[in-house]
Amino acid sequence: MMPDLGKYADVVLGSYAVSLTLIVLLVVVSIRRARKVRAELERVEGKGRSDG
Amino acid sequence: MIALLTRDLRLAIRAGGGFGLGLAFFLIVTVLVPFGVGPETGLLTQIAPGILWIGALLACLLSLDRILALDWEDGSLDLLATAPLPMEGIVSIKALAHWITTGLPLVLAAPVLGVLLSLPPDGYLWVLVSLALGTPALSVIGTFGAALTVGLKRGGLLMSLLVLPLYVPTLIFGAEVARRGAEGLTVQTPLLLLAGISFGVIALLPFASAAVLRINLR
Amino acid sequence: MSLWEYANPVKFIRTTDKVLPWISVLAVASLVIGLIWGFFFTPDDFRQGSTVKIIYLHVPSALMAINAWLMMLVASLIWIVRRHHVSALAARAAAPVGAVMTVIALATGALWGQPMWGTWWAWDPRLTSFLILFLFYLGYMALWEAIENDDTAADLTSILCLVGSVFALLSRYAVNFWNQGLHQGASLSLDKEENVADVFYFPLLVCIAGFVLLFIALVFLRTQTEIRARRTRALMARERMA
Repeated sequence: MMPDLGKYADVVLGSYAVSLTLIVLLVVVSIRRARKVRAELERVEGKGRSDG
Repeated sequence: MIALLTRDLRLAIRAGGGFGLGLAFFLIVTVLVPFGVGPETGLLTQIAPGILWIGALLACLLSLDRILALDWEDGSLDLLATAPLPMEGIVSIKALAHWITTGLPLVLAAPVLGVLLSLPPDGYLWVLVSLALGTPALSVIGTFGAALTVGLKRGGLLMSLLVLPLYVPTLIFGAEVARRGAEGLTVQTPLLLLAGISFGVIALLPFASAAVLRINLR
Repeated sequence: MSLWEYANPVKFIRTTDKVLPWISVLAVASLVIGLIWGFFFTPDDFRQGSTVKIIYLHVPSALMAINAWLMMLVASLIWIVRRHHVSALAARAAAPVGAVMTVIALATGALWGQPMWGTWWAWDPRLTSFLILFLFYLGYMALWEAIENDDTAADLTSILCLVGSVFALLSRYAVNFWNQGLHQGASLSLDKEENVADVFYFPLLVCIAGFVLLFIALVFLRTQTEIRARRTRALMARERMA
């Protein structure tokens, strides 16, 4: 299954690892912040409504 | 406008920081470089134009927050904004005052410091010319950076981060003129490009700086 | 029905909520297909060996690093001219994505350069321009973070983006002038002669599509987040006033 990468295996795998890690990190951070902000807004909006 | 210029110059001279600080910094940078890279004359000769340019650039950067910060703090900037002078004029004068107090001394000091770095004899003229052409651009770009960060409490570091990338083209062409001049090559192309950048920046960037300053004074 | 309807934050959130899942699925699908195709099912290049597989990350991320800045430029212009808040927030949302793309392009470039050019880093024009681009992204994001008033921040960052674009372009040419490059010429131009070979070309296109879709999905998501964050802040402020 694994293709033969020859003597450049570490370089190729390294760049895939670095890139995918960064992309996944970016996505995870974005999604987590989206969730947090959404929950925060719902909390604030809910409170505002119950007040008035 | 001339009144504003003389006021700024007088303030800078009285405070003492404007003239002295940039020059002293420039001197220290050039003195430190041989300690860092070793005293071989050949190597120093080779890197001298670049070092002089970097030193001048950093000395410029160091004094940028003085352009607007003091006037912002004591409220005279608000006063100036309501004056009949257009904002573009104010920022241009501010940049000019900065150049006279910081850029011009640096230009004049550069050949003297060139001796310390064993600049080749052909280089003096071109170091002088390139700095004389390039430092006004540095002042104008710096005024833009100062205007962007004028209201911020710890704006100094942020300003350096914003201004340094903007300095890249000027530095490249300026140092290239100085280097080619020092090596006795023809300097025409980079010289023209440097002049183009300087004049373009002087003509256009005050509009951006003024817009930014208006937003910050809102 | 005009494009400007999406300047309404509520409308924007509603519409992007509808399309976001589709775009995300498409982005992940094309990324997975493109990268697997590229990684497992393409031959080695006869000169570059297996390092040619890095192209599937390097080229799309480099493209997106530049396109993200262009998108920010357009969004900033829209903010300056028409003052649609969504536009300013979209520019803010795109900046970190663009910065990450720049890092990926630089990192994969360094890893690729090591065996091919014999060095991790060379002051090659394109590498240098990307480093400068990265500095611009950093400054832009730092300015957004530093200013408390939302509208002031939007105004100042838009102007910085405009001025920065001009200077980024200038730097690009300055750097070109300053040092001749190691990079090969265009690898994606329409001119067949200098293109990369077909075997590498099609998976590369899929990867580029994946990166574009990923970028769009992330910008939509992050813009929504910014809109909500600002609304939360506004509501909090109103509550404190009451």
